[in-house]
Amino acid sequence: MQQVAWLLSLALMLLVAMGFGFVALRSGRRADDYTPLQVRAYRIRTKLFWALVLVLGPAMVYTLLDLPYAAGHAHASPSGAPALAIDAKGYQWRWELSRNEVAVGQAVEFRVTAADINHGFALYDPAMRLVAQTQAMPGYVNRLNYTFERAGTYKVLCLEYCGIAHHNMVAEIKVADR
Amino acid sequence: MTTTHHPAAAPEPGAHAGVLAYLVTAAAVLLLMMSFGLLMRMEQAQLIDMGPNWFYQLMTLHGAGMVGIAGIAGAAIMWHFLRQYVDLSAGIFIANLVLFLGGVVMILASVLLGNFHGAWTFLYPMPSQSMGMWSPQAAALFMGGLLVIGVGFVLLHLDIARAVIARYGNFARALGWPQLFGRDDGKAPPPTVVASTMVTIVNLTGLVVGASILTMMLVNLYVPSFVIDALLAKGMIYFFGHVFINATIYMAVIAVYEILPRYTRRPWKANKVFLASWSASTLMVMFIFPHHLLMDFAFPTWMLVMGHVIGYLNTFPILVVTGYGALMIVYRSGIRWDMTSRLLFVSLFGWAAGAMPAFIDGTITVNLVMHNTLWVPGHFHTYLLLGMVAMVFGFMYYLGKSDRQEDDSFVGRAAFWGFTGGTLGFTLSFLYSGKESVARRYAAHLPEWVPYDRIGSLFAALVVASSLLFVIRFLSRLGLAGRNVPRIPLAHGTAL
Repeated sequence: MQQVAWLLSLALMLLVAMGFGFVALRSGRRADDYTPLQVRAYRIRTKLFWALVLVLGPAMVYTLLDLPYAAGHAHASPSGAPALAIDAKGYQWRWELSRNEVAVGQAVEFRVTAADINHGFALYDPAMRLVAQTQAMPGYVNRLNYTFERAGTYKVLCLEYCGIAHHNMVAEIKVADR
Repeated sequence: MTTTHHPAAAPEPGAHAGVLAYLVTAAAVLLLMMSFGLLMRMEQAQLIDMGPNWFYQLMTLHGAGMVGIAGIAGAAIMWHFLRQYVDLSAGIFIANLVLFLGGVVMILASVLLGNFHGAWTFLYPMPSQSMGMWSPQAAALFMGGLLVIGVGFVLLHLDIARAVIARYGNFARALGWPQLFGRDDGKAPPPTVVASTMVTIVNLTGLVVGASILTMMLVNLYVPSFVIDALLAKGMIYFFGHVFINATIYMAVIAVYEILPRYTRRPWKANKVFLASWSASTLMVMFIFPHHLLMDFAFPTWMLVMGHVIGYLNTFPILVVTGYGALMIVYRSGIRWDMTSRLLFVSLFGWAAGAMPAFIDGTITVNLVMHNTLWVPGHFHTYLLLGMVAMVFGFMYYLGKSDRQEDDSFVGRAAFWGFTGGTLGFTLSFLYSGKESVARRYAAHLPEWVPYDRIGSLFAALVVASSLLFVIRFLSRLGLAGRNVPRIPLAHGTAL
């Protein structure tokens, strides 16, 4: 997902740059009569508008199809077993997990909350790639569904600034092969 | 069908002393906060060792200071041009600056003397639960400082509201609704009035919400039994924060609407598309805020989906109306490229380009793996630094011109390319770090993250150096900035 977001952003930023670059290069010689230019530019703008609608519209809807808020977001366990519930509570400045060992392919429902102030419960895979997150907030339980796909040590980092040891607030989850 | 702008042989009005005071304040704080930002990047890059306490103090000052001076600089631009259409009070304008400076002193004292480092977002209940790192008095000083600054801006916007209503009758007319929903009789208010009205509506709403949560949290500091719902508090803080920081761009873009048409000698039309886009932005900037809460799963899902959807819709006015509008009037215009026109043109590129990774971040499934990584400062630095701040520098260059024939210095041109290239390198290093899952707001980085920080530091240093040159040039020409002189070079192929 991160790679897609990065490449897409670069491509779109480049397109914008090309538009501005093209116009800057064609800015020097003046066309005295602005009206025909305007008429043509408005026509192009209408096309640009509809092109954006056609590209962004489906993307906007498609990306709403698999929201992380639903329990069904995690892939079902191969065995068909129900999701394993793990309670996660954030404190200044540590995590308390009701369990820190799971098996590969296990669907887990993290029930995330905080004892004191806001924290961010972020799950990093063994390659330190962020794979899922939710906020940990006093008075609320956010349910984050995730299926562990790789064996190794996952890390839980805090992604909501919570004070001087925010960057040291790390916990580990061992994911073993079945 | 249209209103406005017109190239003219008449001299462009100089700036009111109050506008110059705003800009000098903004420039001084901007340079200081940029230096803090550079130090933070260098700390993450392990080039210096200040420790987490200093890092988070500087981070708190950097955030509060930058948001504050963005508001101050944007207000200076808006006030300078708006007073050409409506009768504004100079006393209120100055009162806002005085209150701002008072708030700044309170915030500096809170952080530097009281060790407050709860970030500019002061998320409830962190200010009251510091684990002994700061006192309730320090937290109260910080939030009180924000409140004082907010009161100043409320006064300013109330005065703008008064002046706009006195001239146009009501907000609907000032937004051009008769022309938008009826026949376009060509009498729509000029873009500056439309934009200022929009900003006034959204900022008054945002500031009242911000002041409410600040007041509630101040009560909570001293009466802990007065408990606030943490999710409500977060929603209110982000509503206020989002509206206020976005309004700074909508204020600053007035410089583009006013100055670029004079360079190209073509009108920037307040036609139906323009009016529709500003009315839509008025609503969107207020209803988009849940995109800051996409990882708060307990927030009502329909509101989160609303944040996602508006994130996509919000790109349309930026790309199709304002960005495209600039391209239209510049294309084959014979524009003369000087520092002002370059900075204003590139500012719209910065705004439009920064909106791309921003709306992608506002996609819920992307946010799941990008939220609160360095992707976020990556996109907002693009549209604020290469967008909003470039607009401010463009305005400063415009005011500092002695006449329309004046050539830019080599140093100025070098600073422009240093600023543009430096900002792009700096923001791309953030975005790339976000792609690599580097956490945001970390005083210390993992070894594998450090190379990106070093590259980012290099580009950040280039941005600071270029900005310093811009500011020195502006300060050395303060005398000129107040004079009524013809500042705009004639486009190629045009005559007076």
